[in-house]
Amino acid sequence: MNLTAMAAIYRVEMMRFFRTLAQSFISPVISTSLYFVVFGTAIGTRIDQVEGVSYGAFIVPGLIMLTVMTQSLSNASFGIYFPKFIGTIFELLSAPVNFLEIVIGFVGAAATKALFIGLVILATSAFFVDIRIQHPFAMIAFLVLTCVSFSLFGFIIGIWAKNFEQLQLIPLLVVTPLVFLGGSFYSITMLPPVWQTISLFNPVMYLISGFRWAFFGLADVPVGISLLAIAGFTAICLGLVWWIFRTGWRIRS
Amino acid sequence: MTAIVDIRDLKKTYDGGFQALKGVSLQIEQGEILALLGPNGAGKTTLISAICGIVTPSSGSVSVGGHDIVTEFRAARAMIGLVPQEIHLEPFETVWRTVRYSRGLFGCKRDDTHLEQVLRDLSLWDKRHARTMELSGGMKRRVLIAKALSHEPRVLFLDEPTAGVDVELRRDMWKLVEGLRAAGVTIILTTHYIEEAEAIADRVGVIAKGELLLVEEKDALMARMGRKTLEIELQDPVTVLPDSLAGYGLEIVREGAALRYAYDTQAERTGITKLLADLAAAGLQMRDLQTSQSSLEEIFVGLVAERNAEDAA
Ligand SMILES: Nc1ncnc2c1ncn2[C@@H]1O[C@H](COP(=O)(O)OP(=O)(O)OP(=O)(O)O)[C@@H](O)[C@H]1O
Ligand SMILES: [Mg+2]
Repeated sequence: MNLTAMAAIYRVEMMRFFRTLAQSFISPVISTSLYFVVFGTAIGTRIDQVEGVSYGAFIVPGLIMLTVMTQSLSNASFGIYFPKFIGTIFELLSAPVNFLEIVIGFVGAAATKALFIGLVILATSAFFVDIRIQHPFAMIAFLVLTCVSFSLFGFIIGIWAKNFEQLQLIPLLVVTPLVFLGGSFYSITMLPPVWQTISLFNPVMYLISGFRWAFFGLADVPVGISLLAIAGFTAICLGLVWWIFRTGWRIRS
Repeated sequence: MTAIVDIRDLKKTYDGGFQALKGVSLQIEQGEILALLGPNGAGKTTLISAICGIVTPSSGSVSVGGHDIVTEFRAARAMIGLVPQEIHLEPFETVWRTVRYSRGLFGCKRDDTHLEQVLRDLSLWDKRHARTMELSGGMKRRVLIAKALSHEPRVLFLDEPTAGVDVELRRDMWKLVEGLRAAGVTIILTTHYIEEAEAIADRVGVIAKGELLLVEEKDALMARMGRKTLEIELQDPVTVLPDSLAGYGLEIVREGAALRYAYDTQAERTGITKLLADLAAAGLQMRDLQTSQSSLEEIFVGLVAERNAEDAA
């Protein structure tokens, strides 16, 4: 393993984050606060409790997941798209590093940023609602796994994308709807039966359900299945990345 | 001696179906400076990119320092420094950080003294805290060179290092190249400036249309293919040549003040002695004589033209 190279990539990627630290910090805080005002206050006055949890607290895991997923995607996809776009990728391709080292450097940095923002949101939420975490280790595990798997996914999008529009396309068209429909702001048991069945095909639902279980001990699907889903997703992304580097798809002519 | 870079029958066909390399074989010796000349689109960059891992070869093999670039890519690439033709730099990074990053990327331990030396050699030390986007084009190119040298490569590829660079920087670069050669670094450079190849290369390779037309010691190449011209300055200008001089193919130049005679240095007889005698016999007074050798440029243009004529035939 070329640890030095991995560290170098990681450091440079994190620098990009620190350069815009205020921005990276403030925007999730503001958007979280807005969600609490809109969802927590407006809807919360109508929906008192969901399965014994106050609505304000109930949406916290979903809110964190929503932000962490979109942040992972955008950080990781931009992180690898940018060198492709400005041409500096030549250096990565000519360096004595293998795909795993490149991926760990880029994805590790993207996941770190997302994790950091996720924790910021958790802290912000604590100002609005009373939060108790029943399974803190499981909570962290779910959070980290989500950051990593979505960063991997973002990395793939970044390599696939040929322009800035495509870079935005998948997150906007696929991921955001899946996240919103995945029970970020409600329990799927609140839906009509047909929609409950449809929700079972939404992979994001499993993540949110598992994450919420870590907070409150309640889940839409068994937590084991949630874990399996996220492990499976990670494995698929890893496989794709491995294939990309083996064939040089869209990075090496 | 075994070659430090050993290229065997390297072919590259791009996705669109265009064959940019048609089977290039080339052995580059440790410590030499090899200049690759060739017109636009000849395949110089493709060749370098294939060796450095940026382009996947369609077939053939390359080893660097005895390490195959595919199966032992780590060992091979660790030896290589690459200065690309186009300027690609992370715009927001400072010079210092981007150079340090390159060193790390190539797996070298942090060594600020070395980096300082490299930046000083390239007159970049004062600019080390500047972001790369704040630099002029020539300075950006120097940053690229600094990045390539940051990890102490044994083989350095310079893809048109002096394109768009002023005379002073070009001289600086030649000096740098000399210094690197003295340290045992093997250098492969591509260039359109023939005088550059002439000034610094040990060997010259000519590529056109994906084929290596020749590789030869620069001096031997010039001697073998070089034509010399003899310019005879006359005491009194002439407008027409006497018939006795008709067979020499003389050219009247400088408004009759001089005559030019071209001859092949490799020919059995250059014909100079007889020419001079005939000139004297014709009553032409000579004031001065001057010979000059044709440059690589003329050789090169001749080769490529020959090649094109062959293709047309
Ligand atoms: N990625 C690519 N896809 C398809 N064709 C390519 C690609 N890169 C280069 N080519 C083609 O391959 C040929 C060789 O290009 P290359 O860049 O190697 O030339 P070069 O000798 O470096 O030229 P120059 O002196 O202009 O830099 C050209 O005809 C070019 O159009
Ligand atoms: Mg080129």
